[in-house]
Amino acid sequence: MSTELWLVIAGCAAVTAIIKAAGPVALGGRELPPRAAGVIGLMAPALLAALIVTQALADGSRLHVGADTAGVAVAGLVAWRGGSVLPAVALAVVVTAGLRALG
Amino acid sequence: MDPAPSTPAPADVPTARESFRLGVRAGVPYAVVGCVLALSFGVLARDAGFSALGALVMSAIVFAGSAQFTVISILAGGGGMGAAIGAAALMNSRFLPMGAALAPSLSGRALQRAAQGQTVVDASWAMANRGEGRFDRHFLFGASAVQYVTWLGGTAFGAFGGQALGDPKLLGLDVIFPAFFLVLLLGELRDARSRGVALAGGAIALALVPIAPPGVPVLVASAAALVGLRQRAGDDPRRGGVT
Repeated sequence: MSTELWLVIAGCAAVTAIIKAAGPVALGGRELPPRAAGVIGLMAPALLAALIVTQALADGSRLHVGADTAGVAVAGLVAWRGGSVLPAVALAVVVTAGLRALG
Repeated sequence: MDPAPSTPAPADVPTARESFRLGVRAGVPYAVVGCVLALSFGVLARDAGFSALGALVMSAIVFAGSAQFTVISILAGGGGMGAAIGAAALMNSRFLPMGAALAPSLSGRALQRAAQGQTVVDASWAMANRGEGRFDRHFLFGASAVQYVTWLGGTAFGAFGGQALGDPKLLGLDVIFPAFFLVLLLGELRDARSRGVALAGGAIALALVPIAPPGVPVLVASAAALVGLRQRAGDDPRRGGVT
């Protein structure tokens, strides 16, 4: 494994540790400024959506619809219909693997 | 300022050890899901060029699923170190308000508090919340401990034994995390604003995929969250969260 990957792991561990320590050490129970909290609260929907589309609708730097797109869509449908996470993910795997086996 | 009770706790308040045990029990379902996710992480990390040991070390010292998947999906797509670490930091930024909320329920010196803060993961944090700004920290430690064990176990299984499973793509293992993230995202869409931000984030990323270097679309998509600068009454940014 390249040195670069070890550096990524170290960097990722460092930023995660610092972020997790910041609240307990520095803020000491004080609230974040409301504007900062507002932005951070919306970070998850923005990043999750971006990760999902780059994973399910793209292949590298090319837009691409494939078996994985269908699998992820099925998971979304199951969850939307009130299904819980395990059946949703399991069905996504089955659909994707099945389509790839056929194609 | 020290919230740890110095007087004997009433009988109906669980002791530290009981709280820890209750936390472990409550963490089990999340630990099971985490194990499956970690297995797919181990397999995909190998595909992205990590050694089995590297994947295991990452799970051991990062222990943040969404950040780990973010990193390997950016690296596997050809993205650089900076984009990968930057996106992981943004993904983990939610731990800032979560840690701040937890702070009054922790005790000890700065280093101890920093160490205790490392146990925050989404499900544990949410379950340890006792309302009115109070958290049961021993419950939190227990719930995270069991998830940590299966997170490492799943990663080891996927990273060291993944090859025996065959081609991860043929098995559809690569859809586990986007499918899981989609389920999480649907849970995050509580109101019109979060739906709008998710749509904008997805649209920005899609538009940039063909023209921007790998990893950059996800980073830039985080700008959609800047809508949060506009305050509204009754906002509670600490609700929800991803794994």
